[in-house]
Amino acid sequence: MNIHEYQAKEILSKNGVSIPNGGIAYNPEEAIKRAKELGGSLWVVKAQIHSGARGKAGGIIVCKSEQEVSDAATKLIGKTLVTHQTGPDGKTVERVYIEEGTDIKKEFYLGFVLDRSSESIMVIASSEGGMSIEEIAEENPDSIIKTKIEAAVGMQPYQARQISFALGLESKAVNQCAQAILGAYKAFSTSDSTMVEINPLVLTNDEKVLALDCKMSFDDNALYRHSELDELRDKSQEDPKETYAADRGLNYIPLDGDIGNIINGAGLAMASMDMIQLAGGQPANFLDVGGGATPEKFVKAFKLISGDPNVRVILINIFAGINRCDWVAQGIVDALNQITIEQPLVIRLAGTNVDQGIKILKDSKIEYTEAFSLEDAANKAVEALNNLGN
Amino acid sequence: MAILITKESKIIIQGFTGKIGTFHAEEMLEYGTNVVGGVTPGKGGQTHLDRPVFNTVKDAVEQTGADASILFVPPAFAADSAMEAAEAGIKTLVAITDGIPAHDMIKVKRFLKTFNNEDRMTMVGPNCAGVISPGKCMLGIMPGHIYKEGNVGVIGRSGTLGYEAAQQMKDLGIGISTSVGIGGDPINGSAFKDHLVKFEQDDETKVILMIGEIGGPQEAEAAEYARNNVSKPVIAYIAGLTAPKGKRMGHAGAIVSAGGESAAEKVEILKAAGVTIAKNPSVIGETVKSVLQQLDG
Repeated sequence: MNIHEYQAKEILSKNGVSIPNGGIAYNPEEAIKRAKELGGSLWVVKAQIHSGARGKAGGIIVCKSEQEVSDAATKLIGKTLVTHQTGPDGKTVERVYIEEGTDIKKEFYLGFVLDRSSESIMVIASSEGGMSIEEIAEENPDSIIKTKIEAAVGMQPYQARQISFALGLESKAVNQCAQAILGAYKAFSTSDSTMVEINPLVLTNDEKVLALDCKMSFDDNALYRHSELDELRDKSQEDPKETYAADRGLNYIPLDGDIGNIINGAGLAMASMDMIQLAGGQPANFLDVGGGATPEKFVKAFKLISGDPNVRVILINIFAGINRCDWVAQGIVDALNQITIEQPLVIRLAGTNVDQGIKILKDSKIEYTEAFSLEDAANKAVEALNNLGN
Repeated sequence: MAILITKESKIIIQGFTGKIGTFHAEEMLEYGTNVVGGVTPGKGGQTHLDRPVFNTVKDAVEQTGADASILFVPPAFAADSAMEAAEAGIKTLVAITDGIPAHDMIKVKRFLKTFNNEDRMTMVGPNCAGVISPGKCMLGIMPGHIYKEGNVGVIGRSGTLGYEAAQQMKDLGIGISTSVGIGGDPINGSAFKDHLVKFEQDDETKVILMIGEIGGPQEAEAAEYARNNVSKPVIAYIAGLTAPKGKRMGHAGAIVSAGGESAAEKVEILKAAGVTIAKNPSVIGETVKSVLQQLDG
């Protein structure tokens, strides 16, 4: 699960990381009110969407008057921003964050991730803040400082000091920076985060260390023990089809092609997608229906896939293990008695009780093309697509 | 010999009396697996499926001599149960549970490192189909009948894709020494490399098949290890050539987030290490067959 910048900063602040003052607004009137509350003469209006690289997409506007704050809010709220992280459809701005202007002396990068190689929490820092970590890795890899955290004892103050000195900070700022690093670590480790990225972490001209931007993601598997995160979820930032699927126990990712897939198991689903491409087609989605393929689950899967206007052919590939082919076949037949699909259907069944499964499909009235292997299934799906013409 | 589990392995089931534990216990028993008991805290002293139930893994190990365990405990309690098994002296643990928090797995891995090499439990999974040494022992949820006994060691992340490979091999008359499902989570109990080590030492295993996917460093680490330390031929297939960057493909671990993690990059790394690549998932069996033929010829 991802959250907005202002929510992530609030979590940081609670853990002892200094942040600039700011407030959230859902309309231009609120934006002016927030600016008045903050005072001063320089504000930054920041679009709140679940994506980085908002600045380049025009989502961050520096304002020098309350009128400019109002104009910026008017411009941003309701607008769809497309960044390289949102995909071509972009994400719609529903709220903006009004922040006091910060007098920046130097920008740093600070990130926390679960590192799969060392199987520990890894802190990544760089003196080259403000650009993405990928760009830093490309342009100035030597500036990247990696610190592994020992899981049994957690991050120690000396590690935070070491990073701060390595970033080139001096005197009072070192302690401030170390406090920010330890605070961010605490935020990460106590909330089952998978990523905290503060970019930039800044040193101001009056020698303060502030988190100017922050992205935070959480482990979906651990949300059950973090009820405090429930209210931070913003479904408007998620793909509605992915949310629909996730709420129904389906693993679904929309893609660009026209062959819809219903498959059991993530690995087999990826393999089937590869076969479709090899056969000259393009998958319209990734969909893993998981274990118990009940009729209810197939109805939901068919609704999701057949309702996608991009899908012109549907391919079902099920390798039944504990889940038996006769149950799966009955699930498909029952589902198709409840819902009508327009697209041609290709079905490949394999595994436990495959003969009984195929018999159920053949005895039913459903129209489909039978496939006998992974390769055959992909070829027949592409053939069905070609038969449709344009 | 096979690896991890043999006909002599004494198996207990953690989460024995639950619905899922019971169902799979019956399947394993039917396969001929030597299930000696199970653990469900609070139900110690009872009998389930004609086997004793214990309150703790420690009790179960002391009274049955169990050396392997399979975990069907819900995600919130699974890490705790895994550590309990390690402490009690279990040598091989298969964790079927899907959805264990990643921070919990970091703790489990750290805990396992506190044991000496010879005392350390090998954890397989979580979020996997388990381990099978065909004809000897099944410690998992796979359909046992699609696995033929033989000389190919299999290590894979995905359950159903592993079934696909086993079926393709069976259709070609090729058998398996042991098949290990390491699971689709970002932090797992054991990696490809850990099992390459074991297969290299196993007399029964002639060639090793790895079935990987996008995301994470483990396939590349295995390639490096295979190049320097494995004398047996290694074959690999990597799923997800069509997967877009930054999207999580079902498995929590199947997401391309760094260089070297895409399917195409992994294939190049494996090829450079001398691993034979199955070009697509429908030729996994044939690729293994041709490597076996070269070995015999």
